[in-house]
Amino acid sequence: MLHIQQLSKKYKGADYYSVSNLDLDILEGEIFGILGPNGAGKTTLISMLCSLIKPTSGTFTINNLDYINDKKELKQLIGIVPQEYALYPSLTAYENLSYFGSMYGLHGKILKESIYLYLDKMGLLEFANKKIEIFSGGMKRRINLIASILHQPKILFLDEPTVGVDVQSKNVIIDHLKQLNKQGTTIVYTSHHLNEAEHFCTRVAIIDHGKIIVQGQPKKLITSNEKAHNLEDVFIAFTGKELRDHV
Amino acid sequence: MYKLWASIYKEFLLLIRDVGGLTILFVMPLVLIITITLIQDSSFKSIQQSKITILIVDNDKGMISSTIFEGMRAQNLFEIIVKEKESEVEELVFKGTYQLAIVIPKNLSKDLELKISQNVEGVLADFGLENEETSATKIEISTKEVRLYFDPAIQQSFKTSIKSGIDKMISKIETESIYKAFQEQLSDDDSSFTFNSEKFITFNEITPKLKEDEVLPNSAQHNVPAWTLFAIFFIIVPLSINMVKEKSQGTFVRLRTNPVSYSIVLAGKTVVFLTVCLIQFFLMVLIGVYLFPVLGLPSLGVSGKLFLAFIVALFSGLAAVGLGLLLGTVAKSQEQAAPFGATFVVVLAALGGVWVPVFMMPNFMQFISNLSPMNWGLNAFYDVFLRNVGLLEILPEIGLLFLFFLATTIISIIYNNKKNAV
Repeated sequence: MLHIQQLSKKYKGADYYSVSNLDLDILEGEIFGILGPNGAGKTTLISMLCSLIKPTSGTFTINNLDYINDKKELKQLIGIVPQEYALYPSLTAYENLSYFGSMYGLHGKILKESIYLYLDKMGLLEFANKKIEIFSGGMKRRINLIASILHQPKILFLDEPTVGVDVQSKNVIIDHLKQLNKQGTTIVYTSHHLNEAEHFCTRVAIIDHGKIIVQGQPKKLITSNEKAHNLEDVFIAFTGKELRDHV
Repeated sequence: MYKLWASIYKEFLLLIRDVGGLTILFVMPLVLIITITLIQDSSFKSIQQSKITILIVDNDKGMISSTIFEGMRAQNLFEIIVKEKESEVEELVFKGTYQLAIVIPKNLSKDLELKISQNVEGVLADFGLENEETSATKIEISTKEVRLYFDPAIQQSFKTSIKSGIDKMISKIETESIYKAFQEQLSDDDSSFTFNSEKFITFNEITPKLKEDEVLPNSAQHNVPAWTLFAIFFIIVPLSINMVKEKSQGTFVRLRTNPVSYSIVLAGKTVVFLTVCLIQFFLMVLIGVYLFPVLGLPSLGVSGKLFLAFIVALFSGLAAVGLGLLLGTVAKSQEQAAPFGATFVVVLAALGGVWVPVFMMPNFMQFISNLSPMNWGLNAFYDVFLRNVGLLEILPEIGLLFLFFLATTIISIIYNNKKNAV
């Protein structure tokens, strides 16, 4: 599904590569977790895969579509749930979803039914006509997710989709993502919630300094490390305990 | 097409949900145009109706000073306060208590009379008409100076008009004195008619005509187009803020991942904000036509001009929206977009001739003015409202406005594509 080859990104004026010669293959139907400390290159990697920033070198294809030559078709295939809410606060949930759905070419009855279906699944149907500005963080996260899946993407990128939400909202989001995955959507997600990633992902990669340092199924990574009881132990073992404060 | 429609609808919703912003967008230009026209009209009337207090120190106490007093009273523009000392009026005017003082020099009437008599006698002597009573020796008469004191805060234009008024009054006195002197020398009977001192040359302003109705340019014909254009161009502030907000909210990031081109996003904004400009234009026209007369202001004459004025407003709106799109594309924060946008509109208005007519600007500024889209718009509006021209005559100006819109929009798209190239 996703084939990444020698992908690198060095920001203008930066001393080091945020992503460096990264190779990765993500298979169709996987829930793939990209884990790493702050500044490891997770968001940069996701941003390149979503056509938000230009790679310095390297290439990638999604469903055999090249990110340079097949940009338009590729955008139609992917969905992105950004870290920010990325919604218009003064518009209602329905209006936001209707607009973003339209940008994928959806309209009329199909769009309307799709919006109400997802709002219902996410427990937000009664708030369809309420403005986003009065929504709680968890409600906004769920709308943020719906806005990215209305067009039923083949691959969904999520950049910390459960950050700042309560357990209830988190569970709804994760359950729905699992359901989407069962329906055939490949999921690539970044998170600092290692416990969540351990149970949610079919495979994870831990990246640091822009490079993948280990990848595999969470359970196998835990069992292959003698001192590890969970994914967090594996994470610490590979990335260390040092703070990662740098600019 | 559906994406464009969805973009237009979204922009429309964003606009109408911001009630405060919407009110400012429509009400402030109306407040602006009413205030400016009231001020300009009242300052125009004040010269004609209200009285300006003038301090006069009359050291002459003769024919000239009494003529100046009479002349000023007759004009009904001035209220005269007579003071004794020049130092006193100097202090009062320079402190701003009064705006103007005139000091008439000692013996002005006597010396002027003497000077004219000497000159007339000299002329007549050249013609062999020397009077028997003519004095044998000429007395040397020094030039006289009427001193004017102005409040330093007074504008140059006011000073110039006052100076010119007094100069005109003194010239008249001099002329009449010369006539009188000749008459005295040539006729034994002072009451007999010799010279006709009535004005020979008069002025008649011919105004452009539209069919049978004569159009007299008034403050409404000048102000409504000028300030409508100013309001139209102010659209760049809310438009650029709208775009910067999308960047800070993250919605622009989402749009960049969507299969939609930047030109569709801009087209949606163009349609909605252009509509706002046109509504502003119609509101301004309505105010000019219906509210101005109620407020005692001259009415805006739109008979036979509305369609062409609408065309000018449409293309001016396009130019303004293009500028807003460019600013919104380039600006990174509201702190950049809002102050820059507001200041830039004021600069464009100044260059465009909204405050000071372009022909009064220095040559270099006149050249720069030709590059201001507000200048093109204002000229086109004046062509329609004051010069009564047809569509052909305004084509160059609306063509430039349209090219400006195309240029700014294309630059916005190129800039965005380059900046966000993947």
